Amino acid sequence: MSNDLQIILAGSFVATACGLLGCYLILRKMAMVGDAISHAVLPGIVLAFLFTGSRDSVTMVIGAGIIGVLTTFLIEFFHKKGKLQTDASIGVTFTWLFAIGVILISVFAGKVDLDQDCVLYGEIAYVPIDLWITDAGTVMGPRVLYISGTVLLIILVFIATGYKELFLTTFDPAYATAVGISTVLWHYLLMGAVSITTVASFESVGAILVVALLIAPPATAYLLTEDLFKMMVLTTIIGVLVSVSGYYLAVATDGSIAGAMATMAGLFFGLAFLFSPTEGYLVKKFRKEKAVMH
Amino acid sequence: MITQVENPIVEIHDLTVSYDKKPVLWDVDLSLPKGHLIGIIGPNGAGKSTLIKSVMGLIPNSSGYIKLFDQDLSKVRGRISYVPQRETVDWDFPASVIDVVLMGRYGKLGLFKRPRKADIEVAMDCLRKVDMEAFKDRQISQLSGGQQQRVFLARALAQQADLYFMDEPFAGVDAATEKTIIKLLREMTERGNTVIVVHHDLQSVPQYFDWVIMLNMRLVASGPTESTFTSEILQETYGGKLTLLSEVGNLLKQGRFPSREQTEVKN
Repeated sequence: MSNDLQIILAGSFVATACGLLGCYLILRKMAMVGDAISHAVLPGIVLAFLFTGSRDSVTMVIGAGIIGVLTTFLIEFFHKKGKLQTDASIGVTFTWLFAIGVILISVFAGKVDLDQDCVLYGEIAYVPIDLWITDAGTVMGPRVLYISGTVLLIILVFIATGYKELFLTTFDPAYATAVGISTVLWHYLLMGAVSITTVASFESVGAILVVALLIAPPATAYLLTEDLFKMMVLTTIIGVLVSVSGYYLAVATDGSIAGAMATMAGLFFGLAFLFSPTEGYLVKKFRKEKAVMH
Repeated sequence: MITQVENPIVEIHDLTVSYDKKPVLWDVDLSLPKGHLIGIIGPNGAGKSTLIKSVMGLIPNSSGYIKLFDQDLSKVRGRISYVPQRETVDWDFPASVIDVVLMGRYGKLGLFKRPRKADIEVAMDCLRKVDMEAFKDRQISQLSGGQQQRVFLARALAQQADLYFMDEPFAGVDAATEKTIIKLLREMTERGNTVIVVHHDLQSVPQYFDWVIMLNMRLVASGPTESTFTSEILQETYGGKLTLLSEVGNLLKQGRFPSREQTEVKN
């Protein structure tokens, strides 16, 4: 597999996993919770490194998963018990956890194989050289591809099995509770899924830009369709397009790949906003003018 | 004037419900007969919706217990259906009419299972009952208020329950929808189902309901409409009592959080 293809593939895996979960986040009006989780998992990752001394992916996923769910819990806790507005609660919680992560990295910089720039901005260009080599010495290929591939698989299985529960608890939580489907359980399962996806993504696109992949593709798809399943299919397609076009934009400008991918995600959203056949700004305006003329 | 019944389908005993330590329902004690169309009547903030939410287990009780079919809620969930207020959901959600009605089948399906052909047939049958068959594939964002209410009703019907709780199903719907709904509710009670409806419009009460619950933070009356829906009881329900009880509630709340006094006043 060529280097280009490996990078694009890793980007597509990450963008798809993020985008699929992002569909639920934006429909639950929780887009910023996704942002919060993506930042707040940082101390979890660093602590997992420190305790186990390895960059073993399973440890990272567990560490980040715990902190991610804790973040959601804290946001709810401050909102409900402290009567704080949700956005204020999000702002306090994730910056605080993220800051702890930043301190941990700088303090233990010598002990952990982590680089601040890499964590913040990601370095997907390293995918082809960061190889997974077994104890026996066999080279299995790029490590990030395995991680992001596995996480994507987990997310697909999660959504396929819980599709109707996620659908109902997102659309009408009170009714879901009334028919005996636990909204709390599905809320935390979804947040756990967002957390592990973020870990898989932070090495490739970084903690800051991952939110572009969580929100922009589903927000674009939301403007293009009115059917949840189609929205998820479109999100996947947009995610792959973002990855491919972002990579070539980075090559053309000789710039950051993660930055280029997020830029393309924004560009696609802008196009959908202007030209969507149902919700597009220009289409609506054109329709209005036509109506006036008649 | 609280009429208790033998073999009640709903039995509420000493129920008190609080939001944020402030009681909104005080010591409600009533029992309801099977197979009736029952209206919950009272002014704004009387706790009408709170009462059914608490019976459905959506909000915790401060004290008291509730029995449905002489059992705990958890054992009989499958026999109970609920129609929330229309405004509680986002109607711009990417879903079609049939998607929403099929949600009524989810409780029976259990985890991981998809709706089958039989479920779709039930859903279509329920859409037919509310005259919305032609709208099966319509996006819910394109529905009028009355149509939204019909879809919610069809979803509840798809549960094929014995006991129905409906939160203001007549609020903001057109006359045709109101007619369709009331006809349907009558048919349901004739078949032996029990329907409990939160209702706002006093004028239609005697015409619609054969049993009424008069509520104003406490239970004023519960009984057959002709003997309970009297001007005397109405006056008691809508009279000056509300202010007194809500003041007591405010005092209680402030007593427990003295330092929070300022914010409470603002709220």
